[in-house]
Amino acid sequence: MVACGTPARTRAKSRLKAGCRQDWLPHIDCPTGAAHIDEAAIIEAKQVEKVYGQPGESRIQVIAPTDLAVYPGEILALLGPSGSGKSTLLRILTGLSKPSAGEVLWHGKPLAGTCPNVSIVFQSFALFPWLTVLDNVQAPLRAIGTPPHERMKRSLRTIDSVGLDGFETAFPKELSGGMKQRVGFARALVVEPEVLFMDEPFSALDVLTAENLRAELLELWEGKKMPTRAVFIVTHNIEEAVSLADRVVVLGKNPGRIRTDFRVAIPRPRDRKNPHFLEIVDYIYRVLTQPDAPPAPEPGQPAAASERAAKQAYPMLPHARPGGVAGLVELLLDRNGRDDIYHLADELAFEIDDLLPIVESASLLGYITVKEGDAELTPEGRAFAEADILHRKELFRKSAAERIPLIRQIVRSLESKSDHSMPDEFFRDMLEEHFSEEETGRQLETAVNWGRYAELFDRDAASGRFYISEEGHNH
Amino acid sequence: MTLPVLSRSAIREQSWSALVDLLVFSIVLAAIFGVLAVGRYWLGAVTPAAQISHSPSALPKYAFYSLVRMTVAYFLSLGFAVGYGYIAAYTPRVEAVMIAALDILQSIPVLSFLPGVMLAMAALFPSRQLGLELGSIVLIFTGQVWNMAFSFYSSLKSIPRELREAADIYRFDRWQRFLELELPYATIGLVWNSIVSVASGWFFLMACEMFVLRNHDFRLPGLGSYLQTAASNDDTGAIVWGLAAMIAVITLIDQIVWRPLIAWSDRFKFEQVESSNKVTSPILHLLLSSRAFHWVSAHAVQPAWNRLTAHAAGLTPRPPKPPRAPSARAAAWMVPAAGVALLLLAAYALFQAALALKGVTLAELLSTMTAAGATFVRVIVALLIASLWTIPAGVAIGFNRKLARIAQPLAQIAASVPATALFPVVLLLLVRIGGGLSVGAVVLMLLGTQWYILFNVIAGAMAIPTELREAASVFRFNRRQRWTTVILPGIFPYLVTGLVTASGGAWNASIVAEYVHFRKETLSTLGLGAQITAASEAGNFSVLLLSTIVMAVLVVCINRLVWRPMYRLAETRYRLEA
Repeated sequence: MVACGTPARTRAKSRLKAGCRQDWLPHIDCPTGAAHIDEAAIIEAKQVEKVYGQPGESRIQVIAPTDLAVYPGEILALLGPSGSGKSTLLRILTGLSKPSAGEVLWHGKPLAGTCPNVSIVFQSFALFPWLTVLDNVQAPLRAIGTPPHERMKRSLRTIDSVGLDGFETAFPKELSGGMKQRVGFARALVVEPEVLFMDEPFSALDVLTAENLRAELLELWEGKKMPTRAVFIVTHNIEEAVSLADRVVVLGKNPGRIRTDFRVAIPRPRDRKNPHFLEIVDYIYRVLTQPDAPPAPEPGQPAAASERAAKQAYPMLPHARPGGVAGLVELLLDRNGRDDIYHLADELAFEIDDLLPIVESASLLGYITVKEGDAELTPEGRAFAEADILHRKELFRKSAAERIPLIRQIVRSLESKSDHSMPDEFFRDMLEEHFSEEETGRQLETAVNWGRYAELFDRDAASGRFYISEEGHNH
Repeated sequence: MTLPVLSRSAIREQSWSALVDLLVFSIVLAAIFGVLAVGRYWLGAVTPAAQISHSPSALPKYAFYSLVRMTVAYFLSLGFAVGYGYIAAYTPRVEAVMIAALDILQSIPVLSFLPGVMLAMAALFPSRQLGLELGSIVLIFTGQVWNMAFSFYSSLKSIPRELREAADIYRFDRWQRFLELELPYATIGLVWNSIVSVASGWFFLMACEMFVLRNHDFRLPGLGSYLQTAASNDDTGAIVWGLAAMIAVITLIDQIVWRPLIAWSDRFKFEQVESSNKVTSPILHLLLSSRAFHWVSAHAVQPAWNRLTAHAAGLTPRPPKPPRAPSARAAAWMVPAAGVALLLLAAYALFQAALALKGVTLAELLSTMTAAGATFVRVIVALLIASLWTIPAGVAIGFNRKLARIAQPLAQIAASVPATALFPVVLLLLVRIGGGLSVGAVVLMLLGTQWYILFNVIAGAMAIPTELREAASVFRFNRRQRWTTVILPGIFPYLVTGLVTASGGAWNASIVAEYVHFRKETLSTLGLGAQITAASEAGNFSVLLLSTIVMAVLVVCINRLVWRPMYRLAETRYRLEA
């Protein structure tokens, strides 16, 4: 575990510094050198950790011991691929979920129950469909016992401020997605929270509506029309993070841990074509596409602990379809075998959650190499891209069976049985030692998908057994 | 001049409202009188076997008494269901036990509760009619509470996580969470289950109002006892009058209570987009536009509600104090103590039950087993016959919108007539044709349960996407292929739901179907239901206990071994993704 000699406060700072790469990126500042060196954190998580599973059984670490603090006056964006525990971390910071180890401090005092003065804007809006807009906004005030007159005044004022004037008596189901999320904002702001938490607030909205709401949020924040001291936004959209945040924290997955934490010092309004903006976006892509490379920890720092935990983890099968991998490889072939991943995502209008598993799969299969945010085709990848359908399957079969541990393991187990079949509980049990139940299901689903494409094995849904089909076994 | 601008529709709206106001006031007056009448009757001296009049002029009074019983039993059920569901959902330690208990209690037929309930109530109020009445009410209650409790429990369990988190982060206390999140979320399920429960209450009304216990006649004035007396005296005129009254009451309740309730509960639908088809209720519309209603709402309901929530908000100190050690310690001590007490009680009951069962002779055991077999066969035959006609009919109705518009309301009216009320008529016919009660019991099960299958099949057929049916036409599927690849798999989940409900209903119906007082004599046939009824009348406690246990075990086993796997299949393989 982590060396316990250093006091927690300094360790927290050094962790942040460790993730920072000031040397080659001039517009990224370390938070330690920035404004809040003398300002106390509002919420501070110390070595929080989340583990699923009963004591004694196999335990799955979802979040490795992590330090994270929210300071007054900042918009903090928490960015990461799916499975990195962003939402779990948000729930730990707000007190909705208890960490398995470590503690959360609210103004320096340990937290009991939920945070006394925070709000959350939810991805799915989480409005009460049976209450009108006005009643939805009033509900939190009623909970804290605000007198009716005052309650009404404050609710109406907040509803006005988010541009919902005239919709007070409407029910949520009568509103469009963007309007619903405005109600979500109004409900969050009406209690004048010290920290406003947002859990992917724009990802259920279409692109234009999301852009519009982001701009209005910034306007409220910049114009100090928002009674909040800090904003904490969880997102998987890199550009959203860079355009909104004063500080970006990037999480890695398996288990979730902080990969990098830096300040964005571009003045607002931020132009997406600005070279500094692009530089930062590119940097985040580079961090995200190299999941195993630690972002240069300083010597002698305890930062390596979480990285070590990551190394021990069972290699995870990325949730991509073989067809997606083939598509990426073909696209790269058209681009002379090399392209910037950020460009690819931009052109395909993919978010990182969609693109990263494909990139990861292609690189696991040995079709591409990822360097400095660029993807480059390998000779195998070139051969795969140029092959016809049948030949392609053969190539895929070979590389999947050789290079992907889970596929290899399934094939070997099936081959060792005389009837070439196994119940899926066997693989389920095996995987559940490393993953949560949900993730185990997804891993097996992806494995079946790959196995079928490669014609290595199949699964019979009715009996719940994996088997090598006669045809498949002849290869 | 501005006067003519006052539009005609507005005037009509106004005059309607005044009429409704008048109606509301007269209803309030009638209610006050009713409460007084019921109070006088309940607190009066006991008349265990009231003389049941044959005259149609007595019907309004009887209908009123039955209605009061049903209403009280229903609200009792509602309260119990909410409490039970709430405790089960939020107490992980007892959750599994409570849900299993619900499963078993649901499979115990109404009459098996009869001796215990009646004796307890008579002991509580020995000199008042109240005791008997309460007994009857509790009997009706045992027939309708379980599915409501289960519905409330599963609604609580399925509240979306983010809504719960919203309630937590905005610091709703238990009371506000209940009123603004849990109760609204559960409303739709509760309303639909209430309708099913009350329908089953009507089904067993005859059994609950008139019964024999230890060779003692118990008769409570009401519609059920009126019908039963008419049937056993072979008074066809009275049967027709009674039936008409019952159908009238049920139709009225459907229009005055359930339809407005369904229309009103639409606002609690958990959907983000407004759906196109809605149930409408002219009565709800009238009520909402009534001035009296608004006045009461503005001057009584709203202030009371505000005071209630404000009071609740004031109850919990804010911010809540973390050290709650004393109460926590008390709770920590109370829970195991309550558990131990409950276990002791259960052990004592088991011991007593074992003692009672020791008196069962081998012959009785054998006859119980054969009886169980006979009823089992009857249930299967009833389900088969029901499926044979409802599946083709339901699919035809579901596929044809025009036909559906005509057939659905008709079927709803047909379904709302309690089968037990029709039973005497059916028996008369059967006796004339020459069929015995053994066949008659199957007919009654069929009458009572086929509707569940029909309605579910209609819903299932409507849910099959048009594209699938079009594909079947384009590829020239023949009739057989159409049924096996499109229709049957498509309606499968709905069919399973219908069959489960129908199977439970059929088992319960055996109680009233296999043992009948008819034309001043007692008809009975071999069956578990007949055995339970006979044992309850004779006060043969050991046989009653044995046959109840056999029935509960059978029903629970069938649920676990047949229906649950089919449900799983329906949820995985035959699910039509929207």
